[in-house]
Amino acid sequence: MSFLTYLSIFLLFNWLNRAVKMTQLSFKWKAVLGIGQGAAAVAYFVLKKPLSDEVHLLIGSIALGAIIKYFNEQEDFKSFRSYFESHYPLIAVGILIFLISIVVPSFYDEYDQYFLLPLVAAFIWVISRWAASKKQREELLLYKAKNEELDRLVAERTAEIQNQKEELEATIELLQNTQQQLIQSEKLASLGELTAGIAHEIQNPLNFVNNFAEVSSELLVEMTQELAKGDLEEVRYIADDIRQNLEKISQHGKRADSIVKGMLQHSRTSNGQKEPVNVNNLADEYMRLAYHGLRAKDKSFNSELVTNFDNSLPEVNIIQQDVGRVLLNLFTNAFYAVHQKQKELGQTFRPKIEVSTRLQHNNIELTVKDNGTGIPEAIRDKIMQPFFTTKPTGEGTGLGLSLSYDIIVKGHNGNIAIESEEGNGSVFIITLPII
Amino acid sequence: MKILVVDDEADVQPLFLQCFRKEIRNHVFDFDFAFSGEQALDYLKDKHSEVVLILSDINMPGMSGIELLSTIRKDYDNPPPLVMMITAYGDEETHTNALQLGANDFLTKPLDFNLLKEKLNTVLHNG
Repeated sequence: MSFLTYLSIFLLFNWLNRAVKMTQLSFKWKAVLGIGQGAAAVAYFVLKKPLSDEVHLLIGSIALGAIIKYFNEQEDFKSFRSYFESHYPLIAVGILIFLISIVVPSFYDEYDQYFLLPLVAAFIWVISRWAASKKQREELLLYKAKNEELDRLVAERTAEIQNQKEELEATIELLQNTQQQLIQSEKLASLGELTAGIAHEIQNPLNFVNNFAEVSSELLVEMTQELAKGDLEEVRYIADDIRQNLEKISQHGKRADSIVKGMLQHSRTSNGQKEPVNVNNLADEYMRLAYHGLRAKDKSFNSELVTNFDNSLPEVNIIQQDVGRVLLNLFTNAFYAVHQKQKELGQTFRPKIEVSTRLQHNNIELTVKDNGTGIPEAIRDKIMQPFFTTKPTGEGTGLGLSLSYDIIVKGHNGNIAIESEEGNGSVFIITLPII
Repeated sequence: MKILVVDDEADVQPLFLQCFRKEIRNHVFDFDFAFSGEQALDYLKDKHSEVVLILSDINMPGMSGIELLSTIRKDYDNPPPLVMMITAYGDEETHTNALQLGANDFLTKPLDFNLLKEKLNTVLHNG
């Protein structure tokens, strides 16, 4: 009878040994489990001869109980607990059989072959629990493997998404750089249009500087002659003329200077500094530049330029360079529109560009009006969109008005309004708050 | 000799008045000024018989010097005034165009006043 108990001990060590094989627990437990397995076999055979079967069973049962108690307390074998606990009936039956053989030996002797039955039943119970526990652990392992596979997939996807995110970020940066370059090249393109206008606008004051300087030097010669004659009144008269000439020279020098400065400012990247600016002067300067720029390209073009400036207008805080770009853009467009119309209608059409300023409550209102081709209803909503242009490829970047919109609305809290009638001309009204 | 100067730059007036100080004082030349083609035509309406010579810039906003020239040639042919054109650049196309329309002479900016004086004196003595 004691055989089943010892077999259980043997199997306990043996199975645990197999279960921990190939896991991290193997190194720690391999020796203990191996020795336990051997010890169980040896103990069974050594103790079999000298002891009666009942005593042998008692020792086996107690040993099994101690071993189960020990393993039950080990964290490493937590998942085997239901298997360990399945030994309790076997231990209890073993001890009970011993007690019966001691207390009622006659009864025991008479029915001893029946006592094997509960022992076998308890043993089968242990084995069945083992099988169940083994299956459970296998399923657990399977889940674990599946979990690991899932984790791996999630990590893979995360890495993929991370890569895509980085690629997208790089693309956005590239796009932003390209946008900056586009804005800069639009600036340079408009500068190209300006060049001829600028040349003309600088040539004119330079001519005056040269002419007034020459005249003044001639006047000085005359003055010396008059001094020799002693005609002091004439000398005084000439001196006054020379003084006026010098004023003119300085005035035209400053005019050329401001044009060159404006050009440099136009091509530079904006420093974003707002400063008080006389909008009338700015509008006048850019209207002339745009006009002469177009004329340099097409000599046959001519237009009437009308200015209605409110001279009492206060200076307004703006980024001069940016608003200058907007004005240049509006004037270039206006001249383009009247030029197109002139091409259609011939010389009978009189192009006219009108720029007006006035004070409206706390705003400065600047109006650029032309009697050109006008803007068709169908595209009126689109003209502020980037890259929208009605000009032939290569003539317009399509960025002018969209940049103008950004500058006035986002950069200056202002507004651009458009009134237009196809065939009759357009009016662009810029409103800038006085701050 | 009455001369009409047409230019959109107002400072042309003091410049001419000083360059031709002596001539003006001695009543050799008499200058009048118009600051646009339109103004020049207005002026000519009343005084075309007095004006001997018209000096006109070509590059002006509104009515250009070329248009002014063709109007003058159309409307005032008895006697036809002399017209000298002033161009900013050595521009062949406008040059030929102006010649065809009946310009008598050309000057380029910046004006060479000694050359202009010579030309005016030639006109004075031949006319």
